[in-house]
Amino acid sequence: MADIDVEEMPMAPHMLAPDMVVEPRVQVNIDWSQVDLDSIELPEGENFGILSDDDQEEEEILETNTGFGNVIVVDNLPVVAPEKHEKLENVIRKIFGQIGVIRERGLWMPREDGDGKTKGYAFIEYTTPQEAQTAIEQTNGYKLDKAHVFAVNMFDDFEKYMKVPDEWVPLEIKPYTPAENMLAWLTDDRGRDQFVIRFGSDTEVFWNDARQGKPDPVYHRSFWTESFVQWSPLGTYLATIHRQGAAVWGGAQTFNRLTRYIHPQVKLIDFSPGEKYMVTYSSHEPSNPRDTQRVALNIFDVRSGKVLRDFKGSADDFATGGTGGVAGVSWPVFRWAGGREDKYFARIGKNVISVYETETMSLLDRKSLKVDNVMEFMWSPTDPLLSLFVPEGGGGNQPARVSLISIPSREELRQKNLFSVSDCKMYWQSNGDYLAVKVDRYTKTKKSTYTGFELFRVKERDIPIEVLELENKNDKIVAFAWEPKGHRFAIIHGDGPRPDISIYSMRSPNNVGRVTKLTTLKAKQANALYWSPMGKYIVLAGLKAYNGQLEFYNVDELETMASGEHFMATDVDWDPTGRFVATSVTSVHQMENGFNIWSFNGKLLYRLPRDRFFQFLWRPRPPSLLSAEEEAEIAKNLRKYSKKYEVEDAEQSNINTAQDLEHRRKLMDDWKSWVSRWKQMYEEEKPYREDLRDGEPSDDDEDLETEEVEVEEIMKCEEEVISYGFEQVD
Amino acid sequence: MRPILLKGHERPLTFLKYNRDGDLLFSCAKDHNPTVWYSHNGDRLGTYRGHNGAVWCCDVSRHTERLITGSADQSANIWDVETGAKLHTFGFESPARAVDFAEGDKLCVISTDPFIGAPSEIHVKRVEKDHSKQSSESLFVIKGPTGRINRAVWGPLNKTIISAGEDCLVRMWDAETGKLIKQSDPDAGHQKVVSSLAKSADGSHFITGSHDKSAKLWDIRTLEVLKTYSTERPVNAAAISPLLDHVVIGGGQDASQVTMSDRRAGKFEAKFFHKIYEEEIGGVKGHFGPINALAFNTDGRSFSSGGEDGYVRIHHFDADYYHIKM
Repeated sequence: MADIDVEEMPMAPHMLAPDMVVEPRVQVNIDWSQVDLDSIELPEGENFGILSDDDQEEEEILETNTGFGNVIVVDNLPVVAPEKHEKLENVIRKIFGQIGVIRERGLWMPREDGDGKTKGYAFIEYTTPQEAQTAIEQTNGYKLDKAHVFAVNMFDDFEKYMKVPDEWVPLEIKPYTPAENMLAWLTDDRGRDQFVIRFGSDTEVFWNDARQGKPDPVYHRSFWTESFVQWSPLGTYLATIHRQGAAVWGGAQTFNRLTRYIHPQVKLIDFSPGEKYMVTYSSHEPSNPRDTQRVALNIFDVRSGKVLRDFKGSADDFATGGTGGVAGVSWPVFRWAGGREDKYFARIGKNVISVYETETMSLLDRKSLKVDNVMEFMWSPTDPLLSLFVPEGGGGNQPARVSLISIPSREELRQKNLFSVSDCKMYWQSNGDYLAVKVDRYTKTKKSTYTGFELFRVKERDIPIEVLELENKNDKIVAFAWEPKGHRFAIIHGDGPRPDISIYSMRSPNNVGRVTKLTTLKAKQANALYWSPMGKYIVLAGLKAYNGQLEFYNVDELETMASGEHFMATDVDWDPTGRFVATSVTSVHQMENGFNIWSFNGKLLYRLPRDRFFQFLWRPRPPSLLSAEEEAEIAKNLRKYSKKYEVEDAEQSNINTAQDLEHRRKLMDDWKSWVSRWKQMYEEEKPYREDLRDGEPSDDDEDLETEEVEVEEIMKCEEEVISYGFEQVD
Repeated sequence: MRPILLKGHERPLTFLKYNRDGDLLFSCAKDHNPTVWYSHNGDRLGTYRGHNGAVWCCDVSRHTERLITGSADQSANIWDVETGAKLHTFGFESPARAVDFAEGDKLCVISTDPFIGAPSEIHVKRVEKDHSKQSSESLFVIKGPTGRINRAVWGPLNKTIISAGEDCLVRMWDAETGKLIKQSDPDAGHQKVVSSLAKSADGSHFITGSHDKSAKLWDIRTLEVLKTYSTERPVNAAAISPLLDHVVIGGGQDASQVTMSDRRAGKFEAKFFHKIYEEEIGGVKGHFGPINALAFNTDGRSFSSGGEDGYVRIHHFDADYYHIKM
């Protein structure tokens, strides 16, 4: 390489920054193909106006993490003379040392220059930010004596407050920019639904285009999320999870980032049903292994991204399940009361259920609902109504019970005592009309259990309760599912590898309001039930051990519409309109990853294999704006409406066929032209080929002579003396 | 039609080859005995005894006089097809893998595996008509690719050698000098081990199967990917129909995992694709394990598959097959 002085070296064209004036340069006789550009070192700090891509993302993290997150400032300490320093230091160590581990040389009290007196404040550095946080919570306002009440703050906060300008500056009013219509995706002219899939490191949103028999891509992004994605309950947002927090994205096509929710190390998120609030959760390993994990929960306002309330504590405080309950935090910690109002949320604690109001973000009536030994609770999906289960207590003297409690009045609407109960599980019907409680009871010998159901008619006067027992008491309940918006439910029960499926109705033919059995399907390979969100249809699925058997069943007609199989399927999801079913194989298996789309009546529409497939989620739709009567009206005149769509379908299918044919013709033409080019060369090379074979002429078998060969095979040769009827006389 | 089951091998099949007339089928397996069968009824004609290791690959000369086999016993043998006599042994320092006769059967290419520090190699040998004059000398040896070279075949007019293997790339070598002419575009080509390679009847294009769950069709002169056939499982074998615009690919999950799941989990089917539209036509089930080898009869009216289960299945096509509408 030529010896070039870097300072004077003209730059290679591709290094020019855009804003540089390009002057006619002195022509230097350098052969650029000979210059190894990588070997050129730029002067320190010089980037020729080209910014590195690496720095931009980092800035935001720096804001929250200056490295002083574990330092606190304690103010209002006594001012003492040098001889008393040690004593004060010991007192401070005693107070703050019990909260967390103070780092070596982590306590520093500044002194006056002259007399060596302390200045009345101290810095304490803990090993973790969590300890610092706890220290502030516990010691801020601590009374050392009358004159000295501690004021404890984060070191970082000082900087923040120092930055507040002395004079108030009126806020700049930003000009209004119309936001994107977040519901634009609902106005798709073909009425299609969207779904999101996550595979490998990619996340992709598609339209489900059943007419075309393939998904129509909407948006694709790699490394969009660090763990999972989640739609909000009404489908407005798609949430992603990152190290610094969660974020939501929206729109029909664009998926712009709308809001961020800062919560470092966030693990789980949950939206309120009306998607006004978001709960985020993280857990942190304690510095001392004997301590339990620390958990942090934040409740955000979804639209502004502001924290409305935060909860911190040890994992034990948030573990659910009464006194002897299972350890660990079960998600969601906070359960939201039904309906789109998002008025209440609640969590279960030891002997209490704490109900919070969203208006004030504080405990309803400033006290929790005290229920001894409460094990489990659930909200009605539509009303502020709690159902809760309390197991047997007092060594069997107090019966177990299930109660319905109305909020905010805290009035117990209905209660049912149950005896010799081993476990209870509650299932609400989606309209909050019915509540089914599956009760596992001990048999007399206490050696085994059997199952029965208590069915609450919540919307009827006095909430009548009915008991349902299975015909065969020994049957285990594999699955239970209510018909959404309906009055029917299905149970998989049985003891063997081929359980039975029974379908019941809460109504009876002559309206006496008794539960009636509609049918029992014997010996099915199924272990999961998936009702259509519109009711009427149900998919009886045999997942995992059953290898993905699917049966599409019409409950109105009580007949099977179709059976299918999606081998190794792990998940079944109905689209929100009840028109399509997605079955997927997620990466719990190595093979067969991907998903299939079926019509509601069990016709396989298309497949999409994807390696390392993690998630398939339909975009939820907000509830219909039509009233029940209007919907019934449409259902009645369905024929009239469907005509229009049938015509459209037919047109589309014609277009598809035409496109397909066109596409195939093109492929075929391309191929033919390729072959003809090859043929030509092949002919030209013919003599050379012959040459290689020592003059043997043909490439083909045409002039191969057919030679008929007759093969005579002697199977067996035996000689036998046959005796006649009479002996020969010699 | 019901497939003919050939029960002759005791170990997984590795390779299948029809002779030019299509009346004989040669099979190689991990047991040490390459076998020849009548392709129309599946009768066994005989075996070629003499190898002392798994046999990976074979090729038969134009007039079905000579058979060459590559084996893990670090040798490649030339056999007299008719008598089964071993005519010559090429010895190597490492297992021989792919073998292929050149046009005119005067040359052959043999690839060898990497072995105890030695890299994989491609040897080109002269094949004498009179086997008593046969020498073991290589004309030249190609080195370079890392990992096994699973297949090496001759290009048009014996001017090039095409190789593919564990490093995912397909390479074209000059068959006179052994210099690398071209290699496949890493993005357009396979992403995982290339397990098989088979030429079309006229040698104008070839198909490769890879563990990246796809098979690809290539132009033999330009190494341009013409078509891609995607499936759900690793591909071990692929073949091109000489009669219709079909290709067949087969495979399945890794043999070591077969016992860990349901028989259907591996989907041990041979899958037919339309060669030009890249669309799946159908599948032929039967093997109880991954398919390791596939070959079309030269008339395109039957094909055979060899599996990890040790069976060879010869399938003669039904009349319906010739009238599949796409």
